[in-house]
Amino acid sequence: MANKLPRILIVDDEPQILRFLRTGLPPHGYECVEAMDAASAIAMAAEEKPDVIVLDLGLPDRDGFAVIEELRKTSLTPIVVLSARDDVAGKVKALELGADDYVTKPFDMGELLARLKAALRHGLQAHGEAPVFRSGPLSVDLVNRKIMLRGEEVHLSPKEFNLLRFLVMHAGRVVTHHQLLKEVWGPANVDDIQYLRVLMRQLRRKLEPESASTSFLVTEPGVGYRLMALPAE
Amino acid sequence: MATRTAAPERPSPDALLEAAGREGRGKLKIFLGAAPGVGKTYEMLTQGRRRRLEGADVVIGVVETHGRLETDALTKGFEIIPKKRSLYKGHVVAEMDLDAILQRHPALVLVDELAHTNAEGSRHPKRYLDVEEILAAGIDVYTTVNIQHIESLNDVVAQITRIHVRETVPDRVLDEAAEIELVDTTADELLQRLKEGKVYVKAQAERALRHFFSPGNITALRELALRRAAQRVDRDMVEYMQAHAIGGPWPAGEHVLVCINEHKSSAELVRRGRRLADSFKASFTVIYVEASRHLALSEVEKDRVADTMRLAQRLGAEALTLPGREVANTILEYARAKNVTQILIGKSERSRWFELLNGSVVRDLMRDSGAISITAVTAAGDAVAPKTVKTASQAEEWPWSDYAKSAGAVAVTAAIAWLFNAALSHALGSIGMLFLVPVLLSAVSFGLRPALFAAFFSALCYNFFFLPPLYTLTIADPNNVLSFGVLLFVAVIAGNLAARVRAQADLAARRAAVAGELFNFTGKVTGLARLDDILWAVSFQIASMLKCNVVILLPNRATGQLEIRGVYPPEDELSADDIAAATWSWERGQATGRNAETLPGARRLFLPMRTGGGKVGVLGLQRPDDKTLFTPDERRLLDALNDQTALAIERARLVEQVDEAKVVAEADKLRVAMLTSLSHDLRTPLASILGAATSLLASLGLYDRARTEELLLTIREEAERLDRFVGNLLDMSRLEAGALGVKSQWTDVGEVVDTALKRLARRLAGHRVVRELPSDLPFAKADPLLLEQALVNLLDNAAKYAPPASTITIHARADSQKIALTIADEGPGIPAAELSHIFDKFYRARKGDLGAAGTGLGLSVARGFVEAFGGTLDAANRGNAGGAIFTLTMPVGEKPGEGDHGK
Repeated sequence: MANKLPRILIVDDEPQILRFLRTGLPPHGYECVEAMDAASAIAMAAEEKPDVIVLDLGLPDRDGFAVIEELRKTSLTPIVVLSARDDVAGKVKALELGADDYVTKPFDMGELLARLKAALRHGLQAHGEAPVFRSGPLSVDLVNRKIMLRGEEVHLSPKEFNLLRFLVMHAGRVVTHHQLLKEVWGPANVDDIQYLRVLMRQLRRKLEPESASTSFLVTEPGVGYRLMALPAE
Repeated sequence: MATRTAAPERPSPDALLEAAGREGRGKLKIFLGAAPGVGKTYEMLTQGRRRRLEGADVVIGVVETHGRLETDALTKGFEIIPKKRSLYKGHVVAEMDLDAILQRHPALVLVDELAHTNAEGSRHPKRYLDVEEILAAGIDVYTTVNIQHIESLNDVVAQITRIHVRETVPDRVLDEAAEIELVDTTADELLQRLKEGKVYVKAQAERALRHFFSPGNITALRELALRRAAQRVDRDMVEYMQAHAIGGPWPAGEHVLVCINEHKSSAELVRRGRRLADSFKASFTVIYVEASRHLALSEVEKDRVADTMRLAQRLGAEALTLPGREVANTILEYARAKNVTQILIGKSERSRWFELLNGSVVRDLMRDSGAISITAVTAAGDAVAPKTVKTASQAEEWPWSDYAKSAGAVAVTAAIAWLFNAALSHALGSIGMLFLVPVLLSAVSFGLRPALFAAFFSALCYNFFFLPPLYTLTIADPNNVLSFGVLLFVAVIAGNLAARVRAQADLAARRAAVAGELFNFTGKVTGLARLDDILWAVSFQIASMLKCNVVILLPNRATGQLEIRGVYPPEDELSADDIAAATWSWERGQATGRNAETLPGARRLFLPMRTGGGKVGVLGLQRPDDKTLFTPDERRLLDALNDQTALAIERARLVEQVDEAKVVAEADKLRVAMLTSLSHDLRTPLASILGAATSLLASLGLYDRARTEELLLTIREEAERLDRFVGNLLDMSRLEAGALGVKSQWTDVGEVVDTALKRLARRLAGHRVVRELPSDLPFAKADPLLLEQALVNLLDNAAKYAPPASTITIHARADSQKIALTIADEGPGIPAAELSHIFDKFYRARKGDLGAAGTGLGLSVARGFVEAFGGTLDAANRGNAGGAIFTLTMPVGEKPGEGDHGK
């Protein structure tokens, strides 16, 4: 596997988007295959066995949600959804249906590459790796429950730790409010978003006291949170 | 109804008082000119000289001859009060010596240039104030002024000449002047004099004045001056007329009066009057004199009078009904009081016999009219649409009871007379007198015919019971024949007169009742502005006044189809027949339906509603019992109500149209602004992107890395800008479509601020951003997505206007109710005049400022979003620091249910 370039299935009905992805991705070490509608996307997902799928939600024959549902019946291939900025509900729905991440249109190539990388790592992690997570000044050792910030240990309450652990396990990828609430408070509390807000504020205060744009706990407006893996200091 | 003015033969107290107030004061005469150079000073000096030759003590207070020889020559021989020289701020200034004039106390002083501004340090800042003081001392003053110095005309003059004159004289000075004399020259002559150097022009103002003296300007100024003088003359005339108790007309303005009668030609007469008034630009009045003869008119004729009056109102006349015994006198009295210049009246088509008996109004008018011109017109034609609605027959049933009662009264009188006769033994003459009592009683109580009946019956009784031979209808003594004859004659005449008095009283009472009802009705309706309110009020009022069901149909403005807009009682509905009748009435402008000639099968009577502006709608009426017809009086009242309703509806419609026009104008303005914004804000980034991309394409491999990167960065930045603009457009449409899907929830303001800052990280890279959020800031109740977008737009705005490297401060504070978030920049701030507009759509402060190309949408969207989740957003300027500050407030969120989240 190490020798083979990761293969991306790009599903979009816009030739312009296909064209620049087809041009832009290979230099970064990806192999591209393309589909322009839902039917061929599902067929190619089975035939070409892509390592990650980039899926536009607006397709001519069926909508993207149906494609996600269909794909998730048979495969765990990571799916990165392309979605418009103000379509928060669409993003959440796609994530709940099993998509792994999303990129907001119009998008920055750098952002897409980061998402693809995180999604691919997720694919690898599914095979069971649990390294120590590092992001900037932060290191999280989930096995030993040891969190270090700039070389000093930080003490977290159990709920804070649970929250952080879930984010670390999905590092680089978006995690929805629902997923977090369900993980930390249990299925009965999935709608109590204010709990999450308060807890997240406490966690942030402990982990990034001088909050800035270099923060590694990123808010995804209306959707959830993302723990960024920043380069180590 | 007309109220009669006080008898015009008595001088008006106001006019006398004003005249008296002027006694003891000096008289002011103003020589008014249209422009410099018309010869005011010359005229003033000439008239002053004449006064002096007449022996008056005349001095010159101040006269500027500007070295003109003819004018200079005129000052010779006058005593001239030398100017007072004083030193002010190192300059010698010379002004009119007010004190010297007052001390010298001449009969008349000539003071040039009334509008002159005195040098600082003088007693009064303006010369006209000096003049007022002189007048108060009882000295007459002649003075000059140009029209452009009159305060109320100052603006107009400035508009005409584009020169704003600062030295002005209040209008009251003109109004209080005893006389105004207009000094006028033609434009050509004035220009000629200017060319010959006879008009004084200050060297430094020469160019401006050259422009001033254009033929167009001069003509306009002349007209202004003439008008102002004429206005004054008109006023003088009225005052004079009142003070000297001179009856009109005073031909200051034309006033056409049309006198109508019940004849069919009246409508044509009114129309001619209108045309006459139009051609004279005269005011226009139509009167109907309601003499006692009115009672004798048939219902058709009464209707015609009412219709003609309505026509007059529609044609814009003041239509009045005047009560009066003598038609010609009443007309002339009114005409003199109102300064009527022309009277239009229909030429009589009556027989000589009728004229002999009743006199001829036209002839009486001709004889007594004096200066008023009388036009008698033979107008043909029946121009008012004939009545097509049946009304209850007015042919009163024979009032048997009235005759019976009259007979009874006579019988009782006969009995009493019998007793007297028995007691006083045959005082026959006085007995006859007694019989006048029942005749007068009948006349007063029952009217003319029962009275006549009583007169004859009395005479017979008198004859039968009291004149020998008794108990026969023959009369033996010739003396008694005379008694009998006199009794009969007196009884008939007295009965007649008494009946007439009663009829007049009846008429007055009925008119008062109708007037009262109309007054009441208009009072109820005029206060209302909204169409629906008016329709409701009108239906209710008509229904209760005429005791019928009312429906008002108006055309639908889109389809033109009639639809029910007002109904009383509210549950009433229309049958198909009714709708057909209503539509017919609307289309033909005729009465239709029940009791009308057209479509009488309908349940209701429909009347078209019309105003001078055209048809308005249809009024439908139905008596609840379906049977009784409207009486003619009711029918006429109904017509009047119908007219009032039509006017009220038209008024409401006009108000609506004005409102709509405003909305359309607003929308137009917005559309223009939007197009400007769209073309600018879409094209500019596109131009940059296209330019950068094509440069790269055209020179592949030629540019070095840095240059290539620069171009690529341009493309990215401009694309992002385009994205923001499109985002704002989308946001605006969501906002306007009400499709925001607001989800107010517990929101961590700090988190939202960070997200916004992250989204704008590149945009804000050139600025220093200071984030001052307290760590214990409570959670807000807000929609985090909308709040984020609002913040992004505010920060974008700050980045746009604030200079690079300046500081943008985000600050938050909270009380128990609210969180206030401020974003302050160090830019140029917002001009005070624009503060109230910056949240308007497509509005951009400092238009045309290329450095700060903006969308004109961002702030508007920001405010829309913030208000959508219950917050507020306002802009202000930072006091001394400079720059703009935006304050966003939102409610504090309530504490969440679960207290401890740390477990």
